[in-house]
Amino acid sequence: MIKLPYYPGCTLKTSAKNFEISAIESAKILDIELIELPRWNCCGTVFSLTSDDLIHHIAPIRNLIRVQEMNGNGIVKDEHRLVTLCSMCYNTLKRANLRVKENPDDFKKINDLMYLEEDYNGNVEVIHFLELLKKTGFEKVKEKVKKPLKNLKIAPYYGCMLLRPKEVGIDDPEDPTIQAELLESLGAEVIDNPYKKVCCGSYQTVQDKYVVSELTYDILTHAQREGAFAITTSCPLCAFNLDNRQKEVKEKHQDFKQIPVFYFTQLMAIAFGLGEKYCSFDLNYINPRPLLIDKKLL
Amino acid sequence: MIKKIVISSENVKFLDKINELSGETVTLCDQCGVCSGSCPMISEMDITPSQMMRKVQLGQMDVMDSKAMWLCASCFACTVRCPRGLDLSKVAEALRQVKLRQAIDHIDIKKIPENEINRLPQIALISSFRKFTG
Amino acid sequence: MKEGKNIMDRIAEASKSITTGVDEKDIKNWVTIYIMGRGYRVPADLTILTAMEYAGYKFIRGCGCRQGFCGACSTVYRRKGEYKLETGMACQTRVEDGMYLVQIPFTPAEKAIYDISKEEYNINVFFKYYPELARCVSCNTCTKACPQDLEVMDYVQAALKGDFEGITEDSFDCIQCGLCAIRCPAEIVQYHIAQLGRRMYGRYDNPEPEHLEKRLKEIKKGKFDKEMDEIIHLNRKELEKLYAERKREPD
Repeated sequence: MIKLPYYPGCTLKTSAKNFEISAIESAKILDIELIELPRWNCCGTVFSLTSDDLIHHIAPIRNLIRVQEMNGNGIVKDEHRLVTLCSMCYNTLKRANLRVKENPDDFKKINDLMYLEEDYNGNVEVIHFLELLKKTGFEKVKEKVKKPLKNLKIAPYYGCMLLRPKEVGIDDPEDPTIQAELLESLGAEVIDNPYKKVCCGSYQTVQDKYVVSELTYDILTHAQREGAFAITTSCPLCAFNLDNRQKEVKEKHQDFKQIPVFYFTQLMAIAFGLGEKYCSFDLNYINPRPLLIDKKLL
Repeated sequence: MIKKIVISSENVKFLDKINELSGETVTLCDQCGVCSGSCPMISEMDITPSQMMRKVQLGQMDVMDSKAMWLCASCFACTVRCPRGLDLSKVAEALRQVKLRQAIDHIDIKKIPENEINRLPQIALISSFRKFTG
Repeated sequence: MKEGKNIMDRIAEASKSITTGVDEKDIKNWVTIYIMGRGYRVPADLTILTAMEYAGYKFIRGCGCRQGFCGACSTVYRRKGEYKLETGMACQTRVEDGMYLVQIPFTPAEKAIYDISKEEYNINVFFKYYPELARCVSCNTCTKACPQDLEVMDYVQAALKGDFEGITEDSFDCIQCGLCAIRCPAEIVQYHIAQLGRRMYGRYDNPEPEHLEKRLKEIKKGKFDKEMDEIIHLNRKELEKLYAERKREPD
C-alpha cells in the first residue's frame, strides 16, 4: 500500500463528504492510502490574482509546510506529493506553490510572515487524484472493476480549475479527456460535449443564483441532448451549482428534466463493487439511486 | 464628426495602477474580441471583456462602475485563448481590488438570506467573500 | 524557588508604591516606559496595569478582576528595539525598560443572540450568525495574539470544517479578552464563534454527565437544604472561618 499525504479541503468534511469517503475507499482498492494532512487549514480558495496580495497565499503555503512535517515525523516516507480531490483546492494550492517557486522575493516574505512555522522548502508537488489515477494506470483501474458501469451514459464535466490556466491544468484545456479515460475503464459509455469545460458560474452562486442556474441549464441540457444519463465532476462548487441549483433551473424552465450529478469517485466505488456504503447518496441533491437501480448497478 | 479621445495624466495614472496590480501590460491588447467570445458570463454583462480592456487602455475610470468586472468568475476561459497572452482575469481582479481597497464591499455578507446560508457550501462562501469583500 | 520568593517580595514592595504611597526612595529598581507615547519612570516590578495607575491613570471601569482570569484588561505593547506587537493581560504582564504600551479597554464585537435548542447541529449555524468566518486567510495573527497561548487559528479552521469537537477542545481556555478579534485582518470575532461552537457541542454532542443528573436529583430532594440554611444564618466571622477551613479538591 502506497501512503500519500492528502488534502481534503473544508467542503469535503461537510456537504461533499460523499466525495471524500468514496475517494478514500476507492483508492484503497488501488493500494493507495490517502492520509489526511494533520492540522490543515482552508486552502485559501480562490487563488488571489493581484501582484501584491501576498496575505492570501499564506494559507496554501502553510498547508504545504504540513507535508514537510509529515515527512519529518515519519507519517510518510520521502513523499512530497500532496493529493487533492477538490478542483478548487487543487488549483489554489498548485498556483500558490508555483508562485512562490517562481518569485524568490515572495517566497522569502511568506516564510518570514509565518515565522512560527518551519520554513517551506519548496519541494512539495501538488497533484490531483485524477492525475494519480492516470499515473497508476487506467489499465490497473480496469482490472479492479467488479461491476462494469454497462449502459451507463455519462458526460464528464471538468469545469475550470482542473484545466486552467495552462500552467496548472492537468489536461488539454480545450479538449480534456482524463475523466473520460477513467470512466471508460470503469465500463461506462462516455458522452462528449463542448460544455464540459464551460464555467458553472462558480462563486457567483452567492450573489445571483439565477445567473448560475442559467449556466447550469445550458451545461446539463447539452449533455442530455447528447444522450447522457448523468454528469460527473470533481469540484464541490461545480457539484453544488450543477446539482442543487437544478431547483432554480426548474423554476425558470418547466421543460427541464432533472439529471443526477456524481463525483467521479462515487462511480469508482460502485464499479469497484463497494456498493453504496461509501457513496452517501443522501448528500446528492438529485437522487442517483433510481438510475443506478435501473442499470442494475445497485 | 470624429470625436477625439483625450488621454489625461489621470488616465495614464489609472492605466499604470491596473498594470501594476494585475502584472499585465493592458496596452498589448489588440481588441480582437476572443475573450468576449469565450466568456460564459457575457450575456449578463453591461460591457464586454474586450470593452473592459479598451477602457483600461484609455484609463477610463468609469470601467469600475461596470457590472462586468464583478460578473467575472475567474474561469480563465479568456486567459487560455488570448492570442496576446494577456490574463484578463488578473485585470478584472485588479479593478475589483481598487474598489475593495477603498473599503467598498461588493456584497453585504450579512444580507445573504438564511435559506441560502443553510444551502451554500463553505467553498461558495469562502470564494465569493474573497472576491467581493475587502 | 528562592528566587521566586525574592521576586514576589519585590513585587509586593513595588506595589506598595500604589497601595500605600510608600516613599519612592525605598524602591531600588526603576524602568522607563512609554504610555501612549509619553515617557514615565515607574518601579520596575509593576505590571502594566499598576504601572499605568502609578503614572496617574485611573481605572474605574474596564480593569476587571486583576487576577488574570476575566480577560478585561487586554493590552498591546512593543518591547524596546522589537518590531513585534505583543499582547497580554495588563494585570499579568510586567513592565520592561523602554516598553511602549497601552491598555485596550474593550474590543468592539457584535455578539449574536440565538437559542441553541432551536439551532440545527451542523456547520451552517456558524455562517448564519458569523458569516465573516469564511473570510479567514489562515494568517495565524490570532494565535500569535492570544495571551492564553491557544491555537486560535486552528479552532477557527475547525469551525470552517464543521468540527464542533475541535473548536471546543482548542478554545476551552479562552478568557474572551478579544485580542484575537482586534488583530484579525478578516474582522472575525473568534471568541464569540468559539463560544457558539462550545455551546452547540455541549448541547448536542457531549453526553449528559451522570453525576450531574444524580446531584440535581439530590438537590431537588432537599439533601442540602439543612446545610444551606445553616450557612445563610452564619455571621461574617463564622463564614470566614468556614471558608478558610473548607475541604479543597487537590489542584
